[in-house]
Amino acid sequence: MKNVLLICRKELKSYFASPIAYLLMAFFALIFGFGFYTAARDFVRFSFQASMMGQSQPMSVNEQIIRPLVGFASTVALFLVPMITMRLFAEEKRTGTIELLLTSPIDDIEIILGKWLGAMLLYLCVLGMSALNFAMLFLWGTPDLKPVLVAYLGLILQGGVLLAVGEFISTTTRNQIIAGGVTFFVCLLLWLLSWFTAFDSGATASVVSYLSIVTHFENFGKGVLDLKDVVFYLSMIFFALFITGRSMESLRWRS
Amino acid sequence: MIKVEGLTKRYARTLAVDNISFEVEKGQIVGFLGPNGAGKTTTMRVLTCFLPPTSGKVNVAGFDVLENPLEVKKRIGYLPETPPLYPEMEVVEYLTFVGKLKGISTGDINRRVDEVMGRCAIGDVRDKLIGKLSKGYRQRVGLAQAIIHNPDVLILDEPTSGLDPKQIIEIRELLKSLAGDHTIILSTHILSEVEHSCERVIIISQGRLVAIDSVANLTNRLRGSESVALEVEAADGHPNPTEVQQRLEQVAGVSRVVMKDSKNGRLSFEVESLQGRHIRADLARSVVNAGWSLNELRALGLSLEAIFLQLTGSEQKDEQKDEPKEQKDNQGDKQ
Repeated sequence: MKNVLLICRKELKSYFASPIAYLLMAFFALIFGFGFYTAARDFVRFSFQASMMGQSQPMSVNEQIIRPLVGFASTVALFLVPMITMRLFAEEKRTGTIELLLTSPIDDIEIILGKWLGAMLLYLCVLGMSALNFAMLFLWGTPDLKPVLVAYLGLILQGGVLLAVGEFISTTTRNQIIAGGVTFFVCLLLWLLSWFTAFDSGATASVVSYLSIVTHFENFGKGVLDLKDVVFYLSMIFFALFITGRSMESLRWRS
Repeated sequence: MIKVEGLTKRYARTLAVDNISFEVEKGQIVGFLGPNGAGKTTTMRVLTCFLPPTSGKVNVAGFDVLENPLEVKKRIGYLPETPPLYPEMEVVEYLTFVGKLKGISTGDINRRVDEVMGRCAIGDVRDKLIGKLSKGYRQRVGLAQAIIHNPDVLILDEPTSGLDPKQIIEIRELLKSLAGDHTIILSTHILSEVEHSCERVIIISQGRLVAIDSVANLTNRLRGSESVALEVEAADGHPNPTEVQQRLEQVAGVSRVVMKDSKNGRLSFEVESLQGRHIRADLARSVVNAGWSLNELRALGLSLEAIFLQLTGSEQKDEQKDEPKEQKDNQGDKQ
C-alpha cells in the first residue's frame, strides 16, 4: 500500500510538473462552462416564458440543466482519458525508467495500481472543474443534491474503467501517440456499442449493449443508483487492471 | 555472491546469451568486457531480475532470480546504460523517491540521500531539475540512485560513458571505495577502464564467454608479443626508409616491421616482436650503432580492438578451420 501511494504521488507530480494537467483542467473548465452557460441561459429563458404564460408547474433544474450536462461530461471524458493515460507506461518504456521500477523490490500490481490511482486523481481534478458550475446552481437555486452525487459517482466509475483500459494500452507500446490514439478509438468503440444495438433485441444485442459503457451510465445520469451498473464498472476496472498486469509480465518475457 | 550457471537468454529469433557460467566472490570488482551487442546488457538484466533467463540458474546474494526476485532486488543496485531518471524531478526529490522505492524507512531517508549526494559529488545540484543537468551530472545521479539503499551487489552498465576524464577518475575512486563491502560488476568496452578499477575480467563476445581471468594474467597473456613504435630522424634523404627497415628486420626477435610515415625528415615504424621476446633495447642499439638519431621508442599498449582480434578473432578462424583446437582454447580460458 505504501508503494502504491509512492507511485501514485510520483505520477501526480509528473502530471502537475508538466503543462498537461493544467491544460486539461483549463480546457475542460472552458468547454464545460460554455455548455453550462448555454443550458442555464435557455433554462432561464424558458422558465420565464412559462411563468409569463401562467404555467404554475416550475421546471426542474435537475432535469433541464444538470442531467444533460452530466451526459456531456461523460462524453468529454472519452477525449480526456487518452490524454491522461497515454504516457503512463509508454513514457517510462521510452526513457528507460521502467528498468528502475521493474528492478526495485515492489510488485507489478503496486506499480499498476499506483499509476491508475494517479491517473484517477488527475481525472477527478479535471472533473472537479464542473463542480464549480453546479455550485452556482445550489447557491441560487434548490436542485436535488442526491442525483448530482449519483451522477458524479457514475462519472468516476466510468472514468475508472476507461483509465484502466488506457493504462493497459499504454503498456503495449513505447510510443505515446500510438497509446493515446488507440485508447481514443477503443473509448469511442465502447461508446458506440450502444448505438449498434439501439433498435435490436435478442441475445447478441443484449450482450453487446451490456458491454457498452454508455448504457450503464444512463441510470447514473438520471440519478438512479443501480447495483448492477456499479458491479459492471467495478468488474470492468478489475478486468482491465488484470490484463495490464498480464501485459507487464509479458513485457519481461518478450522485451 | 553471484553465481551464474549455464545462463542462456534467447529473444524471439536471436540468441543473446549462450550458456554462460561464472562466479563472483563477495567484495570483488569484476569488469564485464565485450563489444556492443555481445550480451553484456542482457546478462546484467537477468542478474537484476529485469529479464528472466531462458534457461540456466542465476543466484544473487543467496537468492534465485526466478524464485525470489523481491529478495534479489532488495540487495541489488542497478545503473542501466541510460540512467533511469525523471527529468521533471529535482535531484533530492528523485533520490528520495528511489530510496523509498528501494524500501528505506522514512526516518533514514534524508540521511541516506545526503550521504549518497556527498559520495557522488552532486550536492551542488540538489535542487535542480534533472532534465536541466549535464550528462556527467546525470550519470552521477544515476550512480547515486544505484547505491542509495547500500546494496550488497552493484551492477553498473557502462558507468563512465559520457563523462570527462576528471569525472571518470572520480567515479573510479568512488567504485574503489565501494568495493570491499559491495560486490561490483561493471560493463564496459574500454580496456583501460577495466585495468584501472577491476580485479577480474569476464570477456564475452557474441553471447559466449571468451575469457575469465584476473586483469594481470590476462594482460600478460595478451602482451606475449610486444609492439613498439619507433621514429628515426632522417636528414636530406639519409638514411633512406628501406635501409632502416632492413636493418630493423635483422634485429633478433623481430617478427614484422611496418613503415608508418615519413615526413619532415622523420621516419616512423611499427615493430612487432616474436612471442615472448623483448626487443626494445636491441632496437635502440641497432639504430644508434648505425649512426642514426633515434627520436622516439615507445611500447604500444594493446587496444581492446586488438584483444578482441586475438581472443575472439582467432576463435572464429579456428571455428572455420579445425574444431578440436577451438575446444582446447576454450578449456584454457576456463581454467
